[in-house]
Amino acid sequence: MEQLNGWFTELLSGNAIFTANTLNFYWNGLVTTVQLVFLCLLIGIFLAVPLAIGRGSKRPWIKWPIYAYTYVFRGTPLLIQLYLVYYGVVFFDGIQDTIFWVVFKQAFYPALIAFTLNTAAYTTEIFHGAIKNTAKGEIEAARAYGMSKPLMMRRIILPSAFRRALPAYGNEVIFMLHASAVASVVTIMDLTGAAYYVYARFYAPFQAFIFVALIYLCLTFSIMFVFRKLEKRLLAHLRPRGV
Amino acid sequence: MIDLQGYGPRLLEGALVTLELAVLSLILAVILGLLTASAKLSRNRLIHGVGTLYTTLIRGVPDLVLMMLLFYGGQIGINMLTDQLYYAFDIDIFINVDAFVAGVITIGLIFGAYMGETFRGAFQSVEEGQMEAARAYGMSPLLAFRRVRFPLMMRHALPGIGNNWMVLLKTTALVSIIGLTDMVRVAAEATKATHEPFLFMIPVAVIYLLIATVSEWGFAKLSKRYNTGFGEASEWNN
Amino acid sequence: MAATPIPLEAQGIKKRFGNHEVLKGLSLQAQKGDVITLIGASGSGKSTFLRCMNLLEQPDEGELIVHNEAINFRTTKHGREPADWKQVERIRAKLSMVFQNFNLWSHMTLLDNVIEAPVHVLGKPKKQAIDEARSLLDRVGLLDRADYYPTQMSGGQQQRGAIARALAMDPEVMLFDEPTSALDPELVGDVLKVMRGLADEGRTMILVTHEIAFARDVSSQVIYLHQGVIEESGAPAEILDNPRSERLRQFLAPKH
Repeated sequence: MEQLNGWFTELLSGNAIFTANTLNFYWNGLVTTVQLVFLCLLIGIFLAVPLAIGRGSKRPWIKWPIYAYTYVFRGTPLLIQLYLVYYGVVFFDGIQDTIFWVVFKQAFYPALIAFTLNTAAYTTEIFHGAIKNTAKGEIEAARAYGMSKPLMMRRIILPSAFRRALPAYGNEVIFMLHASAVASVVTIMDLTGAAYYVYARFYAPFQAFIFVALIYLCLTFSIMFVFRKLEKRLLAHLRPRGV
Repeated sequence: MIDLQGYGPRLLEGALVTLELAVLSLILAVILGLLTASAKLSRNRLIHGVGTLYTTLIRGVPDLVLMMLLFYGGQIGINMLTDQLYYAFDIDIFINVDAFVAGVITIGLIFGAYMGETFRGAFQSVEEGQMEAARAYGMSPLLAFRRVRFPLMMRHALPGIGNNWMVLLKTTALVSIIGLTDMVRVAAEATKATHEPFLFMIPVAVIYLLIATVSEWGFAKLSKRYNTGFGEASEWNN
Repeated sequence: MAATPIPLEAQGIKKRFGNHEVLKGLSLQAQKGDVITLIGASGSGKSTFLRCMNLLEQPDEGELIVHNEAINFRTTKHGREPADWKQVERIRAKLSMVFQNFNLWSHMTLLDNVIEAPVHVLGKPKKQAIDEARSLLDRVGLLDRADYYPTQMSGGQQQRGAIARALAMDPEVMLFDEPTSALDPELVGDVLKVMRGLADEGRTMILVTHEIAFARDVSSQVIYLHQGVIEESGAPAEILDNPRSERLRQFLAPKH
């Protein structure tokens, strides 16, 4: 490790912008971005599953509020949602004096809340669509074999819907990674925030932003790769044997 | 007029900027999308490669990063260019990269890539027999494109264009970050000044929802028109 | 009370879709080992009648008694519905249905399809369910397809798999809803062979089919439905060889 560090410093010595210091900035930005995106997606899924089931409910007082939620969060820019949560918290009278301030004075948590609400709305619609598309005959077979509604949901509808939702959900993951760049606007030092800092510090827009673009590109490709692998495994039932 | 502590009129001006920006970017995106689709369907490997590189790069990088690159980098790039012109030919010009222009170009460039995918699928959906029939009746290539391929293709492209438009509309909010005074920027400034986020952000959100709802309705109408002659058949299949 | 309970009894089943009455008071009694075949033109109500028996459709009137247990109904403002869905689920588990379009669960392998309901509805230990499933798959000639997904099999294989799935429930009565209608002609034979085997071993079966020759071979009773009414019913020889009504005669006449 020590050796690697020395080798690295040497490599960078002839370079004014990409010093160990700025690379460290990028690295911390990468960690922040990955944490933020991973956490919001994880919580988002847990919210989206019950919401998607409720979205397909026959009862209007369950169905319509969920639809209103997804309509609003999918119909407005994430930036607005971020501002609303961030400033809503920061300018909440007296919050500075409460215990919550320990958590909320870091912009990370308001951003996480906004991102989670946003991705949960999209994911709800993705899952809802997949659930709705379950083959009628398969549901009928489940009923005919004496399955209760919860059992049918757990064993037949959701497992098959999740598989069908996989490609669309993969797109949502990439979308969220890219959308997370707005976190930099509320003082979060994510990848884009780091790039902006380097740009402002050295007035080197090409180096700063092209470098970060390449990192995002790598992340995007990694996500695509993972989802392609997952699809290959979980969507085997849609392909002819031996492919 | 809704006053909103004096910010009402400015917010409306901002809304107009948002709308202009969105419409102009859409036009650019459609043009770029048609070019990209043609490039990706081209047999020329170089052209095909350029088209693929363009869509891959755009779809792999966040909109905001591309916007910053073009806006902050664009000015320096143009300055370097004009400097060269000055040294080489003694031509002295100064071009200031306008945030609005940078916004339109970036958003157009980004959604050109997405539109490219939409149009490519739509181009391929038109049966060759339809075009053959057009040629057989003596239509020139241009006439055949305008009268046969384009209307047939639009049926397939419209849902995709509609989707892209909805996403594009929301993406315009990002220009507020690079300094363009759209309605989000006005709302953010007002929020910082008055400490009342809900008073400004919620009206802006409502305007976005309104535009989205109206466009959704418009696209539904349009797709009904382009679906003439197809609707009944698909209903029979049920 | 009879010494051996009657597997399935339907009395006076009526069913309306909107203003159209599709079943006009149908009754049927399946004794143990009976093979009852419902025939009739499309729209005669034969599939609806079958689907009323496991309550995939709710009869508007009439009684259903499965294994001496009558299903409880109650009337709500939306019409009549079962009073106790737990009871319905329990009874459905005793009446395995085989569908026209197979309806195997597409995200599960064939083996998983067969063990699904025994494990999760009947609560059988998984290992035991797998052993039984394997011997059932062997019986329908699909042991080598245990790890295949439904879409990777032909229609005939899927339907034989679906029959194995039905058998795995060790059902009181098997309900077949036009099991060969969606199959290519050359695949029908394999499925009928499996069904004939089931009839021979004394399974209680109620089937809706267009295969008249098969019905004549295996049935203990044939019921001819016309517009929601039982027009003729009896032993296959008397019904199919000496139809009394002109309508049945026309229905049975070879079509060109």
